[in-house]
Amino acid sequence: MSLHVASLTLSHFRSHRVARLRLDARPVAIHGANGSGKTNLIEAISLLSAGRGLRRAAAADMTRRPEALGWKLTAEVIRDGETIEVKTWSDAGAARQVRIDSKAASQLDLAERIRVLWLIPAMDRLWIEGAEGRRRFLDRAAMSLFPDHATATLAYEKAMRERNRLLKEQVRDAHWYRALERQMAESGAAVHSHRMATLDALRTAQQDATTAFPAAELSLEPIEGDLPETAEDLADALEESRFRDLAAGRTLVGPHRADLSGRYAAKDVPARDCSTGEQKALLLSLILSNARALKARIGTPPLLLLDEVAAHLDANRRAALYDEVCALGAQAWMTGTGPDLFEDLGDRAQRLLVEDEDGVSTVTVE
Amino acid sequence: MSSTRDIDALIEMMAKLPGLGPRSARRAVLHLIRKRAQLFTPLADLMHTVAASARECLNCANVGTSDICDICASEKRANGQLCVVEDVADLWAMERAGVFKGRYHVLGGTLSALDAIGPDELRIPKLVDRVTTEDITEVILALNATVDGQTTAHYIADQLEDRVTLTSLAQGVPIGGELDYLDDGTITAALNARKKL
Repeated sequence: MSLHVASLTLSHFRSHRVARLRLDARPVAIHGANGSGKTNLIEAISLLSAGRGLRRAAAADMTRRPEALGWKLTAEVIRDGETIEVKTWSDAGAARQVRIDSKAASQLDLAERIRVLWLIPAMDRLWIEGAEGRRRFLDRAAMSLFPDHATATLAYEKAMRERNRLLKEQVRDAHWYRALERQMAESGAAVHSHRMATLDALRTAQQDATTAFPAAELSLEPIEGDLPETAEDLADALEESRFRDLAAGRTLVGPHRADLSGRYAAKDVPARDCSTGEQKALLLSLILSNARALKARIGTPPLLLLDEVAAHLDANRRAALYDEVCALGAQAWMTGTGPDLFEDLGDRAQRLLVEDEDGVSTVTVE
Repeated sequence: MSSTRDIDALIEMMAKLPGLGPRSARRAVLHLIRKRAQLFTPLADLMHTVAASARECLNCANVGTSDICDICASEKRANGQLCVVEDVADLWAMERAGVFKGRYHVLGGTLSALDAIGPDELRIPKLVDRVTTEDITEVILALNATVDGQTTAHYIADQLEDRVTLTSLAQGVPIGGELDYLDDGTITAALNARKKL
């Protein structure tokens, strides 16, 4: 059981004017100088799943400048021997469109078929910065395991925005609040249970693996007060909090007020107090656990996008990462500035060189 | 050019209709001109008549040509059932099926704080009023399965809870549908609403 990109065509995507690649199932090691367009290439891969990709950019921002014609990606993805043809594009300024096997499809359809996980340098400060980033990290893991987590999250956020507007405008109609709170309670309880199930899956995947990367102890904590678990509890908590929420002008209780807490298990130290290198190793450990958990759940490992990950690891850990990625059978797309970073991979990986020529990226298969 | 100015204006006007664009509007106008006697003149007469007479029913907000629509005027349809829909298109869709024998109430949208649409913009007070004056025994909420639609359904349910039987349309496998093509949410809803064979 495997999942890999067999061909990829980029047109007017970021720094790439046209790029055509044919690939096999092995990991992909991409090297090239800073600013040559390596991350743009793996950002394109991240768009083979639902959402705004690894930079969380708007569709209009991904078009090549100065032409600004819009962009298009075409890929053949092989999943368990079956070919899935994905086309996704955005016409100048318009929302992203998706076609799967020549039929119009939604992003949720993509999420069901192609799972992609990534680690990028912007996540390096995940344990130090605000809770929002950690929630997003957990929600991405939850979406990879339970694609309908996205639907529940969207429904919860929509109902909460409505409720926040009522609070801000000091509306006092109790019926209206109750109607919205019931929606929030139902979708919020689903969000919470997906998150807890995800933590369980990650925990099991960490315990069952022999890995060179440190285990993280994860838990979900409320930013303040309680974290209601069932729909009834959440509905009660929202009703109880209404008076306080009216004063604050926003909703102060619910799954949007949860924080992912992580500890470096072997040392029993909070992740935020660990060294930069240890924090990175913890994140990498979680991504690999997520990939293992996915493989255990659906039988197929996800596509992995590891941006600038090799540079931060010492030689031993780097070799261990390559061994683990190969053992997982995942097509991991890894970027680095020099080919020497990927030496340990030998012929276990295919190599791409990305270069910049007068503002246009070119990709060569080596 | 001036000789075609009126025709251009007509095309431009037609292109503003839902489902039509500049190209299809041009085709439609050309077709009308070619079929002047059979189509164009009768259509123009009808448009003139309907433009003068079309109005919202004062009771249910259905669109008709009198102050009280045919459904509200018919004694046969006063069977105690009231079906609440979002807009007139939904009412017409229900009528096309021809199964429902009660009356309707068109809300004119859904609750949305972000779009500044509250209960008073939605003819909800009129609905509460009708439940009493028309001896309604069952209110059927036929609203969309979106966040806004369901919020509106809960809101109405909250207001009418102790006064009438409240029901909503079933959610699940569409007629002629295949399970394989349904999303998880629909399958869950269908399973929860399963019934004995």
